[in-house]
Order: sequence, then C-alpha cells, then structure tokens
Amino acid sequence: MIIKVLGTGCPNCKKMVANVSQAVKELNIEATIEKVENIQKIMAYGVMRLPAIVIDGQVKTMGRVLSCEEVKKYLL
Amino acid sequence: MIRGRVDKLTILKEIGDFIVYQILGMKWLNELIGNLIQWIFGETFANSTWGEIIQYFFYDFIKIGLLLCFLIFIISYIQSFFPPERTKKILSRYHGIGANALGALLGTVTPFCSCSSIPIFIGFSRAGLSTGVTFSFLISSPLVDLGALALLTSIFGYGVALTYVAVGLILAIIGGTIIEKTGLGKHIEPFVTEGIDIIIESQKLTFKDRLIYSKDQMLSTYKKVVLYIVIGVIIGAVIHNLIPEAWIVSALGSNNPLSVIYATIIGAPIYADIFGTIPVAEALYAKGAGLGTILAFMMSVTTLSLPSLIMLKKVVKWKLLIAFIGIVMIGIIIIGYAFNGLEYLFIN
Repeated sequence: MIIKVLGTGCPNCKKMVANVSQAVKELNIEATIEKVENIQKIMAYGVMRLPAIVIDGQVKTMGRVLSCEEVKKYLL
Repeated sequence: MIRGRVDKLTILKEIGDFIVYQILGMKWLNELIGNLIQWIFGETFANSTWGEIIQYFFYDFIKIGLLLCFLIFIISYIQSFFPPERTKKILSRYHGIGANALGALLGTVTPFCSCSSIPIFIGFSRAGLSTGVTFSFLISSPLVDLGALALLTSIFGYGVALTYVAVGLILAIIGGTIIEKTGLGKHIEPFVTEGIDIIIESQKLTFKDRLIYSKDQMLSTYKKVVLYIVIGVIIGAVIHNLIPEAWIVSALGSNNPLSVIYATIIGAPIYADIFGTIPVAEALYAKGAGLGTILAFMMSVTTLSLPSLIMLKKVVKWKLLIAFIGIVMIGIIIIGYAFNGLEYLFIN
C-alpha cells in the first residue's frame, strides 16, 4: 500500500503525517508513507484543500487533519 | 392606528436592542464578572484601575470566546456545502463583473485557510477563471467573514456591521475588476497555468459528517486564535483603562486628517486574526478613535499580512503583487475616510 500525504509543510500537514505513521504502526501493515510537498505534484491530484491523503492513487480526504483512528478506517 | 404602529416599532427596537446588547454584547456577563470581583476582592479593589482591567479582560475574553465557538460552528456547517471544488465549478460558468461579484460572495462562505491559498489560486486559474475573479475571491475571503459580521454587530450595532460587509464586498469586486481590466492579471508565474484542470468530486457528506466537520473546525479555530484573542484583549484592556482619551482622540480621532492612513499602514504587515483585532478596535473606539479609522485598521490587518503576501508571491510576479497591495490599501483608505465622514449616520 502506498500512502501519500499532500501538504505544503504547514503544522497541520505535519500533524497529519505523524497520525498516519502512528496508524500504520499500530495496525502493523506493510505501507510506504510519502510526503508530497511539491505544489505541482499536489495539483496533479486536483486537490485544493490541504492536507489531503492519497491511498494507492486515490484521493480519500481533503482539508482536514485526520486522527489516528480515522486514518485506520481508510487503511483497513 | 398610528399609535399601534409606533408601539410595534418600539417593541421591535427593544427586541433588536436585547439581541445586540444582551445576547451578542453580553452586558449581563460584564455585570456578573464585576460582582464576582467585588465579592472576592472587596469593593475598593473592584473599583481600582487594576480591578477594572481584570474585569474588562475576563468579560471580553469570555464574550469573544463564546461568540467565536458558537459562530464558527454555525458557519462551518454552512461552509461544508461550499467546498472550493464546488466554488470553482460555479465560478467557471460566469464572466465579467458578475463573476467578480459572485467570486466575492463565495469568498465569504468557502472555507479557506492560508495554507490552501496557493492550491486554490492554481486550481482556479487552471479551470480557466480569470486572475481578476480569483483576486475578488482572495480579497473577500479573509475580509468579509461571517463571524466578523456577528462580532461587529455586538460592538457597533447592525448598521456598522452590515455596511462593513457591503463595502468589503465592493472592495473585493472593484479590486478584482481593476486587476482584470488593466491587464495586470497576466503577471502570474507561468507554472500556475501550465497543467491541466483536474476535476475531482467533493466527498459526499452526511448530516453527521457535517456536524463532525463543524466541531473540528470550531476546536481547531479556537486553538489557533486563542493566543491572538488573549493578546488583543490585553491590549484592549490596557487601552480601555490606562491610555488617556486625549491621546487617542488626537492620534486616531476623525479630526486628525492622517489617522486613516496611519491605521492602514500600521495594520498592513501585522498578522492577526479578525477575532484578535476586534477587542483592540472596541477599546480604541470607546476612547474616541474615529469609526472609519478603526475599520481601516481591521481591514488592513486581516486582508494584508506579511505571511500571506509571501505566500502569494510564489504564484504572482512582483508587478501584480505590488498592484494588489496598492489597490487594497487605497480602497481601505477611501472606506476609512467615508466612514469617518458619515459616522454621525451610524451612531446616535
């Protein structure tokens, strides 16, 4: 599974990355987490609200910091 | 007949006053805190300068906090119906000044945080929206906030609050139109439009999703701005109780011809939330600063700030950035003088 967190590096985006890492660790699953900060790459997903989460190429949520528990729902 | 009509009007006015002073203004809270301080520390302390500063601080802090939480919740619920994806879709159907007007209006209801301003700018541009329309949106979004409308009502009454919203929208429409018509809008970084417009569907939200979203927005906004409110209220309390009225009147009163220009220039680089600015405005106003001067200061603080300009510089060239700053500042200065000149219409 490839999880991408889209965000330009604001505190919210960093918090999102931390929550995603935590969720992956707690579920003990195989996943690579990638932080996408390049605006061109972010725009390629058509996302206008940050932070956003992309799982296996699909935009799952935008404009909201997900809690660790919420991330887990998308991973299972 | 005439008698009955007058009675009805009086009742309506009383209901209006009750909303303005007791519900939005929370005068009862001020009295409650005053009584509490007197009860705990005694009458001498309560009537001393420090007692009054403490009373003012707690009253303003609690009032703004309560209003803010309540308002952000309601507003977020409304905003959850207008994600930027939808705004983009709506705006791409319109052209000309109508598009600017719609951009300014949607700016007030589209949820927007400063870290999303760049993706929104690029997303709108790639969807074929003109730079002028995008600027109308970007000017009105921080300036004409629904929360600010309610807070302004609580301090200055309906007349001032509604006029503030109206002139804010006009500034956004005219600013965007000038950028459009003068051709300044083409001075954007090339990468902004190099790329295709990706259309993604906004998530379908249930009633429960919207409530969760509103609650999250309320908590995160409160956490984000609480520091600004504390600083704003402390400055407000100091102005309210320590700074002599004569100073403020001579520096910021409507009789000082340069007051509006000072307020606008001082406010521009400052970064503060509108909720932090309002307590300062409230205290300055009570001490005799001109209404237009205060509104100019608030508009300048919320619309222009160093962090947002640095952000904007990533997508626009110097020429457009400077034009944007110039247009907004001149607009605010004109609005400030107009309010100072017409102050007698609002305050009775």
